[in-house]
Amino acid sequence: MAVEEPDVRPAGDGPLRCRPCPGGPLLVRGAAQVQGDDGTWHDTTRPVTAVCRCGASALRPWCDGTHKVLSQRGVNPIE
Amino acid sequence: MRLPRARGPLTERLVACLQRPPRSHVALARTDGRDAADDALALWILHELHYRGFEDVDDAWEWAPSLMSMRHHLERELEERLRAEYSRSEGSRSGQAGGDEDVVAVLHQLIEADDGPSLADHLLRDGTTEQACQLLRQRSVYHLKEADPTAWVVPRVVGRAKAALMEIQYDEYGAGHHDRVHQDLFAHGLAAAGLSADYGHYVDEARLPILEQNNALSLFGLQRRLRGAALGHFAAFEATSSLPSRTLARALRRLGLPDEMAAYYDEHVEADAAHEQVALRDVCAVLVADEPHLREDVLFGAWACLELEARTARDLLDHWAAA
Repeated sequence: MAVEEPDVRPAGDGPLRCRPCPGGPLLVRGAAQVQGDDGTWHDTTRPVTAVCRCGASALRPWCDGTHKVLSQRGVNPIE
Repeated sequence: MRLPRARGPLTERLVACLQRPPRSHVALARTDGRDAADDALALWILHELHYRGFEDVDDAWEWAPSLMSMRHHLERELEERLRAEYSRSEGSRSGQAGGDEDVVAVLHQLIEADDGPSLADHLLRDGTTEQACQLLRQRSVYHLKEADPTAWVVPRVVGRAKAALMEIQYDEYGAGHHDRVHQDLFAHGLAAAGLSADYGHYVDEARLPILEQNNALSLFGLQRRLRGAALGHFAAFEATSSLPSRTLARALRRLGLPDEMAAYYDEHVEADAAHEQVALRDVCAVLVADEPHLREDVLFGAWACLELEARTARDLLDHWAAA
């Protein structure tokens, strides 16, 4: 399974800050939109949002913690 | 909320005392041996005076000097007991072994080593609707004040740790939307499930491990010197929330509970996936960098969170198995 590199863009004029977490999601701060698998853009509504990078979340584009299950099985694609 | 029913001689004296106007001297000394549930409820009542109080208690009791020595005594007993258990635990040994190791890595090890049973897994596989409702009633003691004990830590940390802590608290309190306040989402879920959404309604049936979970949270939150433990607890709580919340949402739907109740757990799958990262990396790691002497307390708080949840789960699973 390849690492997903989420497509993120600012939703307005505010600053956008993104930081990858080792073995986990991309943390996104600031008003932002994140692209889903079907190409549609989803608005974040939180002060800080976790965006899936392992590709296995049931809530994509958002993280749901599934990367931890992949890590336990030794198949987490994210370092 | 009105004062709960007494569970023993200590709470009998305390409840009787609080129904009168505040006085400078009260006879609350414990003379008749120790009863864990009586002690836990007494401390829970004393802490509750600092949250929302009781309809039948004068608000001036909150800081009555005559109550402080009892609160101090009960808090010291709880803290000493938890610290002694922690020092004998596997988690304490691995924390000390990783002396210079990144605190986030040690917290991850503690969390991954947690082998307590899962109430969510049980409810998904074999649980009944009555068991799910009993769990919701037990959880309501904390969830109707969700995030409130951690709010007390905010003035006690600075800079990056404060900003990151507030980022999470802001989300817990609805991020500016009154209909997204997490404690209210839980209340809506309870009401939809036909349960009481009144704050403190189910305290009379709160089991001992539930009272101790609540008391530890309030103890860590109320005492500035325990800010490390409060934030370690907070991080472990957030980091063990997303996956069980997903399972619990599925279990509640399987058992026919209303969508409003399951939606509370849906919200925590997504929210806590982000909160976990922020709490570990931007709150705890930064706090320990700012105040290295708090490292051991951060690990102690995380251990306490995991251990007290494991006790709650074992207690309820044993109770259900015996029924």
